[in-house]
Amino acid sequence: MPDIDIATPIRPAPALPLRARLAPLLMPHRLVMAGLALTALAAIVTQMDWSWLPGYLPKIGHGLLVTLALLVSSVAAGFALALPLGAVQVTGPAPLRWLANGFCTVIRGTPLLLQLWLIYYGLGALFAQFPEIRASWLWPYLRQAWPYGFLTLTLSFAAYQGEVMRGAFAGVPRGELEAARAFGMPRLMVFRRVWFPRAVHRALPTLAGEIILQLKATPLVATITVTDLYAVITRVRQATYLTYEPLLLLIAIYLCLSGTLTLALRWLEGRVPSGR
Amino acid sequence: MNNATPAVEIRDLHKHFGRLEVLKGISLTARPGDVVAVIGGSGSGKSTMLRCINMLETPSAGEIAIHGEAYAMRPTRDGGLEPADRRQLQRIRAQLGMVFQNFNLWPHRTVLGNVIEVPVQVLGMPRDEAVARARQVLERVGLAEKEDAYPAHMSGGQQQRCAIARVLAVEPLAMLFDEPTSALDPELVGEVLTVIRDLAAERRTMILVTHEMGFARDVASHVVYLKDGRIEEQGPPEQIFGDPRSPHLQQFIRSIA
Ligand SMILES: Nc1ncnc2c1ncn2[C@@H]1O[C@H](COP(=O)(O)OP(=O)(O)OP(=O)(O)O)[C@@H](O)[C@H]1O
Ligand SMILES: [Mg+2]
Repeated sequence: MPDIDIATPIRPAPALPLRARLAPLLMPHRLVMAGLALTALAAIVTQMDWSWLPGYLPKIGHGLLVTLALLVSSVAAGFALALPLGAVQVTGPAPLRWLANGFCTVIRGTPLLLQLWLIYYGLGALFAQFPEIRASWLWPYLRQAWPYGFLTLTLSFAAYQGEVMRGAFAGVPRGELEAARAFGMPRLMVFRRVWFPRAVHRALPTLAGEIILQLKATPLVATITVTDLYAVITRVRQATYLTYEPLLLLIAIYLCLSGTLTLALRWLEGRVPSGR
Repeated sequence: MNNATPAVEIRDLHKHFGRLEVLKGISLTARPGDVVAVIGGSGSGKSTMLRCINMLETPSAGEIAIHGEAYAMRPTRDGGLEPADRRQLQRIRAQLGMVFQNFNLWPHRTVLGNVIEVPVQVLGMPRDEAVARARQVLERVGLAEKEDAYPAHMSGGQQQRCAIARVLAVEPLAMLFDEPTSALDPELVGEVLTVIRDLAAERRTMILVTHEMGFARDVASHVVYLKDGRIEEQGPPEQIFGDPRSPHLQQFIRSIA
């Protein structure tokens, strides 16, 4: 009976007394590791040069916002694109299926940096040749770099997530859809009430990983002059002649971001009704 | 037999998958209150016949009418048929309830959510009313305490009873069962059969594909024996099980017993 998967009930971890919870952390080798980590942290704070940090905080904050804005908007728009991309590959008419499949294959098979430059230099130059576009209200935006960064990141996320959604749509057991049809649901309702929510549930566990990959792809936009977090840190390094300190800060910020994302999505997943 | 409009009427139904002819001219009538048990060997076409009744499979030829209303069909290019009127198809389907071998509950909804889904979404019933009625039918199948559970957290027997509640909630003209206990562990079969037996005692119209011969004998008002896509013998249960005429049926009953 491949149609039925028996999900294990999600139980909240039993609340252990504090001592019992700390016990695994107090094993000798772990204590040694923790000691080393603390020493390293102390050395980083006291031995290195952080005097530049307060002055650059506003710029770093702005860079962080740009990175987050690019991440959130490209994930949201990319996900919205991934839904039809995935669905069409499972049920669409043949030409649409090929188109979606081709799109995903091409984007996933070529370097993101290349796509970014092609879109930025290619599309940017193309737009500039049309007086209609130059005269339109869009032009002030199209002259900047970030729309091209956003577009490229969106297409990339759509292609990867589209592939995930294809698998998720295809993996919804036929019987559940058949039951919906047997009760007289119109096709669109079957999609809206059963097929779509079930596919999203199935895709959710991999979503966290995909978003973190996307986060790590965002620094590429610095190569087309978008001043994201990475670009700001690069400027700090050029201005202060410091090699390591700004990079350490950058690592710490990216780690915090991906950690928060992982936790947030795990929380979300736990709240979604089980039954996978 | 009374002469009320048949709940389900099948006339000369044919179905083939590619070159394989699975149903070779089946005619069958279920009047309101009939409990028709369909028996037969594996691959004899029982599921296919049942699934034609709500057009989960489209017949290749023949006619099917639900409560006197025949499905509007039109010929396809490859010589078969297809539903010609989606609206009508959906309206008729909403009056039939199907219970599947593998339950096919919607796992992202609770028991209550599963039961109110069709009344609210398809039949347009106000939510409060649907919930009230859902609680009644859940009570009937013995799942009153389980309304907030998700299907994955219930036993197979409970899931199948929930699937039956989902059907009852639409107050169908006829209920279609496709081997409702075949996927269950032996110790869970009884609780589901008990529910179906109660429904049969209320004289609800049902067509029931089953391998449980003792059960078919008990609850059916009419038994149909399918063999290679044809109805080889049919009649009241006493006759089919007590005095079968066809040698195939005699052998089939001996092999099952
Ligand atoms: N979608 C399909 N495509 C091709 N052949 C099919 C399809 N569905 C059923 N068949 C074939 O039709 C025949 C009848 O199948 P059906 O499922 O109706 O038998 P059944 O009487 O329900 O058997 P069982 O007791 O095993 O459930 C079988 O030979 C089966 O392989
Ligand atoms: Mg079958």
